[in-house]
Amino acid sequence: MNLPESRSTADPAPPQTGKIAKHHLEEWRGKAYVYLCVLLLVVIIFSIVVFIASRGLTPFISQGVSIKEMLFGLKWAPEDDTPVFGALPFLVGSFSTSLIAALIAAPLGICASIFMTEIMPKTGKSVLQPAIELLAGIPSVVYGFVGLSVIVPFLRHTFPGQGVGIMAGAIVLSVMILPTITSIATDALRSLPAGLKEGSYALGATRWQTIARIILPTTMPALLTGVVLGIARAFGEALAVQMVIGNAPHIPHSLFESATTLTSIITLSMGNTTTGSLHNNALWSLALILLIMTFLFVFIVRLLERRVKRS
Amino acid sequence: MIIEIERLQLYYGAFHALKNVNLSIPENNITAFIGPSGCGKSTLLRTLNRMNDTIQGVRIEGDVTIQGRNIYASDTEVEFLRKRVGMVFQQPNPFPKSIYDNVAYGPRLHGVTKKADLDALVEQSLRSASLWHEVKDVLKKSAWSLSGGQQQRLCIARALAVEPEILLMDESTSALDPISTTKIEELTRELRQKYTIVMVTHNMHQAARISDRTVFFLNGEVVEASETETLFRAPVDQRTEDYISGRFG
Ligand SMILES: Nc1ncnc2c1ncn2[C@@H]1O[C@H](COP(=O)(O)OP(=O)(O)OP(=O)(O)O)[C@@H](O)[C@H]1O
Ligand SMILES: [Mg+2]
Repeated sequence: MNLPESRSTADPAPPQTGKIAKHHLEEWRGKAYVYLCVLLLVVIIFSIVVFIASRGLTPFISQGVSIKEMLFGLKWAPEDDTPVFGALPFLVGSFSTSLIAALIAAPLGICASIFMTEIMPKTGKSVLQPAIELLAGIPSVVYGFVGLSVIVPFLRHTFPGQGVGIMAGAIVLSVMILPTITSIATDALRSLPAGLKEGSYALGATRWQTIARIILPTTMPALLTGVVLGIARAFGEALAVQMVIGNAPHIPHSLFESATTLTSIITLSMGNTTTGSLHNNALWSLALILLIMTFLFVFIVRLLERRVKRS
Repeated sequence: MIIEIERLQLYYGAFHALKNVNLSIPENNITAFIGPSGCGKSTLLRTLNRMNDTIQGVRIEGDVTIQGRNIYASDTEVEFLRKRVGMVFQQPNPFPKSIYDNVAYGPRLHGVTKKADLDALVEQSLRSASLWHEVKDVLKKSAWSLSGGQQQRLCIARALAVEPEILLMDESTSALDPISTTKIEELTRELRQKYTIVMVTHNMHQAARISDRTVFFLNGEVVEASETETLFRAPVDQRTEDYISGRFG
């Protein structure tokens, strides 16, 4: 009556060896492919690091520049008769633009994600989320251009100073890192166990009490991860910042005066130097500093993630 | 009768989940809801503290009166209602805070700030939930370090700390081992002196063991509601008889 069953019991077991050999081959091919990709990736990353380090360390090892001078020196004059390489103004510029950008973007991004997850999930998903994803897709040069034509004149008219400077850079960066912070925060809030919120509501908490006392504290490490990744992105951004920061190689007296960052100075000077020259190698040292900072940010994110997992 | 439910209809969008429910629940009593999965027990429980408000697309008709006041009247303060009608969930859901802060969470929400008052409330609630002796020396430890059964008793303590009159328990022992289950059952019997308890259970033996009254649901309707003894020994409706004798469900 039921044909498939009677047939399977009647037939002898089909020979299995052919099938197994095929499995082995497929297994082996897949494995080889994955291992090859991983190997390639490791080689690429490793050679980039080695390359940057070898170039970037040369000024300190064989060209007579001291690390202390580079990190704390105030004057950057690579083409003088006795060239000096003080990168502190760039460090100050990079750190202050990224941190101020994060200070502006973090509350905005976190509030946006609370709105999208807790307050109006429907509108959030259908309107706000695509809008924020769009922000992530706009090229840096467009951000820089808008910053230069809108933000810089606005700052010039509103505050004393030239308009270009750290504040202008920070504002442009804050919009650029908003998608990073928002999307990571949104993921974190969405993945919060529903039981926690219900538990709070069931005790008579209002929505704001629940957000402030349960949702934010519980997701804090993940929210901070988003902020750190945002800072890392801001730290590495070159073009947009360079267009609005003014690019004067000294520490400015106010946020509205011309300054510069590590990335801007590298992109601006790279073309004017010859490979192997002290000036060129000093730029590689700046790149090395950027690389080390990136590692540091990744490390912080790792620490935060471990805290997320533990709780 | 502390709770009166009259002509209650509940819709999830187009789905008619509760159909013309009429039910009275007496004070200082344990009422158990039984019935097959998906028949609307949790839904009815959650209408009693308006937890369904948080779900989109829920529509409710009819009256639910607690101590003479319609809780769906427009002037009802939902937060105050939920303070009076506490809830314990199926999965223990302590907050990722210390044991102390879990219990103190509710009182703090409702304005208790003095340390001495909070201390007293925390101790009293943990004692009522018979958890005090196990945790009194580790109040600062994370609630997530407790066992499942301890966590559930902590959730009971947390609910008791806001001094409710009614306690809703939705299959609160189904995620627990037999020993923890027995503990919570004993606890429920004790709490009955001071609180009105409404519980959902899948375990008919549990309903028979600890409840005073039992309500049998089927497909969103109340089929039979009576004294637990009567319902299990001499059910009036054929469907109740079929269910408790295990012929479906
Ligand atoms: N949020 C919701 N949206 C739409 N339908 C729902 C929702 N919650 C429950 N339902 C439906 O309402 C009906 C009753 O659900 P309810 O959770 O009250 O059942 P239950 O009796 O508690 O079942 P169980 O014993 O499995 O917990 C089910 O058919 C379910 O599919
Ligand atoms: Mg249920």
